[in-house]
Amino acid sequence: MIEKKDIEKLARLSRIEVSEEEKNILLKDMESILDYVSQIKEASSGIPPKEAGELRNVMREDKNPHEKGMYTKEIMNEVPDKENGYVKVKQIL
Amino acid sequence: MKIDLENLTIRKAHEHLLKGDFSAVELSEVYLKNIEAHNKNINAYLEVFDDVATQAKETQKIIENKKGTILTGIPIAVKDNILIQRKRASSASKILEGYTATYDATVIKKLKSAGAVFLGRTNMDEFAMGGSTENSAFGPTKNPHDVSRVPGGSSGGSAAALAMDGALAALGSDTGGSIRQPAAFCGLVGLKPTYGAVSRYGLMAMASSLDQIGPFGKTVEDAEILFNAIKGHDPMDSTSVPDEIAKRNNEVSIKMTIGVPKDILDSPGIDALVLKNFNEEIAKLKGKGYSIKEISLPHAHFALSVYYIIMPAEASTNLARFDGVRYGLSKKGGTPFDDYAKTRGEGFGREVRRRILLGTYVLSSGYYDAYYNKAWSLRNLIGKDFEHAFNEVDIIATPTTPTPAFKIGEKNNDPLAMYLADVFTVPANLIGIPALSIPSGTVDRDGKKLPLGLQLMAPHFREDILFSVGKSIF
Repeated sequence: MIEKKDIEKLARLSRIEVSEEEKNILLKDMESILDYVSQIKEASSGIPPKEAGELRNVMREDKNPHEKGMYTKEIMNEVPDKENGYVKVKQIL
Repeated sequence: MKIDLENLTIRKAHEHLLKGDFSAVELSEVYLKNIEAHNKNINAYLEVFDDVATQAKETQKIIENKKGTILTGIPIAVKDNILIQRKRASSASKILEGYTATYDATVIKKLKSAGAVFLGRTNMDEFAMGGSTENSAFGPTKNPHDVSRVPGGSSGGSAAALAMDGALAALGSDTGGSIRQPAAFCGLVGLKPTYGAVSRYGLMAMASSLDQIGPFGKTVEDAEILFNAIKGHDPMDSTSVPDEIAKRNNEVSIKMTIGVPKDILDSPGIDALVLKNFNEEIAKLKGKGYSIKEISLPHAHFALSVYYIIMPAEASTNLARFDGVRYGLSKKGGTPFDDYAKTRGEGFGREVRRRILLGTYVLSSGYYDAYYNKAWSLRNLIGKDFEHAFNEVDIIATPTTPTPAFKIGEKNNDPLAMYLADVFTVPANLIGIPALSIPSGTVDRDGKKLPLGLQLMAPHFREDILFSVGKSIF
């Protein structure tokens, strides 16, 4: 069954800071939800494997580009941290 | 003339506008006044737009030049997860604090060119996760039929806006019942269209294989008018279906037979009065000449479990984009990792955090096969069950919800109890078929009359059958 250290790992993987108190609540909630959805394990093992269906690529011609910069101003307006038209982030290396 | 909002429909309003009985400006003013009077209590709208008068004036000119459509001048409410260019859009989340949409969703583009007037953006469960509109970062919406109860969710603001006569029609989105359930709780008509019938471009994605935008109306015809205005193929959404494929399905003849799935109706937790109401509706359909057939959907009882695996899996992936770097809330920590974790920890509400963790769990190595892959296999089997059933019947009918609207706070600390309320609505999303909820009368609770809904499901792209059966009894 799921443990507190699993919650911590999931929070880390999904980049979400979770308080100590909430870890316990999440543990309880996830236990009851996982217990319920585990019902699908009872479904017979003879069921067909996952089918991909009629997958097809949806492509478009590489033509008719929009005018350069026509969306830039509105999109850059939303960026919380920017400098000289660039999105500013912390050094990662 | 005095505008009778209670009995107004899109067609009636359109005829009055054409005749000049009132103008689009007067019509929008009456709605704005009503919103002013009721929204403080109901909390249906997160924002009423400041340019409604300008929009209405422009549509009035179009009407006077006889260039309009049936939607020209019609005041509409829009769920807060659908983008309108240069308007705020937040999905009722703190993580989109201050965000202004940079483009129009395709449905908005279509409604703008049809001449609709957008009154404002409506409250919802954060990122459409919930069935009560209590998971909004901006406080719950109340049900206009009984303010101690929820309006349903996640499109609860759109439903309440319409039910309080704060709009003539509304847009919502439906991933597992988020249009149909609030429509049922608020006494309205709500449609979840066929997957791929309406473009999702500009709809904030929750679970991409399940999400669809759809209409709320006071009548079946109103929902139909709005659906016809927003549907159609869109090159900007690769899952939207080409029009000729959508049309091909409409050539099958109608058998006038309605299927009743005993398997789902036997689910635990269904209110006795809801079942009684459902049987009365079925009798009504019989009276209209439809024959009723009991059908079997042997895997349908897995639908809820399958849904609560696939939906959080897709949501956890989709919501990875909210990182505080390109838009919305941005919190700083020591390292780039801390920036993400702080932004997402503070920006996302409790239910959203819960579903992201759940989705991350079912997608992680070691559990992927047992949960996610198995859920997909079962999803296909449920689809086959419905396919077989539709060989014998035109429509499958169920109640929309297992109970009438519940009390605010009643299920707040029990997510599983909240999830179980979706038992009748999730199958249509898993299979991608269209489903319509129509009002089916009321039940008395604590001296209040609470609306109930009847759900009708049809094969892919057969919204036309839903509308014709729906109009025959409502």
